[in-house]
Amino acid sequence: MSERPDAPDRDTLLAMFEIQSRIKLCDERFRSMLTSGQIQLIYYSPRGQECISAGWGVHLRPDDYVVTIYRGLHDHLAKGVPLRELWAEFLGRATGTCKGKGGPMHITHPESGLMVTTGIVGSGIPIANGFGLAAQLNGTDQVTVVNFGDGASNIGAFHEGLNMAGVWKLPVVFVCQNNLYGEHTPMAMSTPVEYISERAASYGMPGVTVNGNDPVATWKVMGEAVARARAGEGPTLVEARTYRFHGHLMGDAMEYMDKDERKAAMEADPVPAFRAWLLDNGHATEEQLAELEETITAAIDDAVEFAMNSPYPDADELYTDVYADLTVSK
Amino acid sequence: MSQTDTDHPVLTLAMAVNQALDVAMGLDEKVFLLGEDIAEPSGGVYKVTKGLSTKYGTHRVRKTAISETAIIGAAVGAAIAGHRPVAEIMMFDFIATCLDQVTNHAGKIRYMSGGQTPVPLVIRTSAGAGRGFGAQHSELLEAWCVHTPGIKVVVPSTPADAKGLLLTAIFDDDPVLFIEQMMMYWDAKRYGGPVPPGDVRIPFGVADIKREGSDVTLVSYGRQVHDCLATAEKLAADGISCEVVDLRTLVPCDEATVLASVSKTKRAVVVHEAVTRCGFGAELSSRIHEELFGELAAPVQRVGGANTPIPYATNLESDFLPQVADIEAAVRRITG
Repeated sequence: MSERPDAPDRDTLLAMFEIQSRIKLCDERFRSMLTSGQIQLIYYSPRGQECISAGWGVHLRPDDYVVTIYRGLHDHLAKGVPLRELWAEFLGRATGTCKGKGGPMHITHPESGLMVTTGIVGSGIPIANGFGLAAQLNGTDQVTVVNFGDGASNIGAFHEGLNMAGVWKLPVVFVCQNNLYGEHTPMAMSTPVEYISERAASYGMPGVTVNGNDPVATWKVMGEAVARARAGEGPTLVEARTYRFHGHLMGDAMEYMDKDERKAAMEADPVPAFRAWLLDNGHATEEQLAELEETITAAIDDAVEFAMNSPYPDADELYTDVYADLTVSK
Repeated sequence: MSQTDTDHPVLTLAMAVNQALDVAMGLDEKVFLLGEDIAEPSGGVYKVTKGLSTKYGTHRVRKTAISETAIIGAAVGAAIAGHRPVAEIMMFDFIATCLDQVTNHAGKIRYMSGGQTPVPLVIRTSAGAGRGFGAQHSELLEAWCVHTPGIKVVVPSTPADAKGLLLTAIFDDDPVLFIEQMMMYWDAKRYGGPVPPGDVRIPFGVADIKREGSDVTLVSYGRQVHDCLATAEKLAADGISCEVVDLRTLVPCDEATVLASVSKTKRAVVVHEAVTRCGFGAELSSRIHEELFGELAAPVQRVGGANTPIPYATNLESDFLPQVADIEAAVRRITG
């Protein structure tokens, strides 16, 4: 694979690879620990979708906002949610991002700008508008990125949310991570348009489809959308096409997926492909990337140990955080 | 206060709500309004937000598309980001179109985040039968939100309470559902009352004994408090003394005041406009039985709307609603 004239500088390329690797290695650890029975949880693997989060991740500032959904591990990591607290929350421990009360489907870490993770398809979209509206009212140039799947583009919240963002020119980037399946249903059976990005036309905003497995192309499209939002020029709908390697959730038999299609997608795994491209074009040395991967693996080892050794929440936590000031009982 | 206050101008419920919004927006620039038709020239379909967009600008009084999910979603996000949005859902029935944002998000996000992201928003909505609007523009659905932990629920009965409770709601750090019964909006004769000027707040969870009595406790909220007072007046002529407790807020609910009153009278009738079955009265009745079973002289009675959709024809709509005669009959059943 040859050099790309449109590629960003080396630091940005390596930052993207670092995010992708963190996602890939974290996911692999979760799946191996689940398979071996060391941990138990509902797990929605983001494997295959790494380039998309890395593509917007390198454009965002810590004070920018991100909203995502239950398949959100890649987005959490791209926004900088710390590994220890993230792992502890996935394992339901008191030291987790949400004291063990939210779980993987509700990761929240405002310090990193990861504001909402929702378990309801499409529901993050109208909420993202609220973050965009807050920035607009405050006169800041903060950008909100909201992530959702192709399935979400068929629910009312998507259409209401994009419409409002279009009318108010909100600084929001709508990122449709189109992995071609909504739960167990292929896109062609649920969606009558070829490209989700076509839907932007109804809402007075640009709609762009990009190969979400191409890190450079994704980086470029995300950069344009983020810059547009930051400049007060309004929202963009980005459809990043990708593939979901491991089905809807861990344990999914994937009977509804074409075996050859999946095999081909996994053979074209974007993370090792990007790694090879970085090496082929002299952006990094093997030693450099190996060291980066070892550092991540060590950080994951540390996070897993931290989480596994952390206590479960106190029994009293059942009743706290329901209201600001009301006592709650059974 | 409302019964005896002669120092302050008499306002309608709509004017009192408008005044609360005006005071809150003047106090804190983080307060903004969003909803359908709320800006000038209409100022809301019931004119409740009249004049506010002229005074504070359309960036703070934001007219939206007919798009309830987008309205509440935007309020949720902005609230987490530090604003104090007041969203209007034009008719309570329409909340069915955005309940996901209300219950799954506004109601749960504080808890799911382990307390990191409070959602200080208010959802104002108009509600209630009596206007000939039929089954989809007339309901009282407060039980839906009372049943969802995380949401506070307010139903004022007087203009002064509406103003004081709405100011508390706007500056409260939790999501608050604020229910305004539309029959009271502009009827100064039946539902008007004196309202103190300025930033006068009424705390949540403090019931107001609107009338003292000794034979039976009528527990209610919202417009039906007036029906309870009318019933009490009527029965007083027959020597039956009714105490009328106005809950004002359902979450939190001032159970202590209710239980103290019933402990004194030994009898209770709970009254609301919403359909009786699984209405808030069922919860109240159950709590009174749990706490005071041995002291009660009779079982707690419930008076509410019929267990039907709300019909259009005037006579049927009237039959749907709990009336003074129904409350009177319930009292007579247990005081006979």
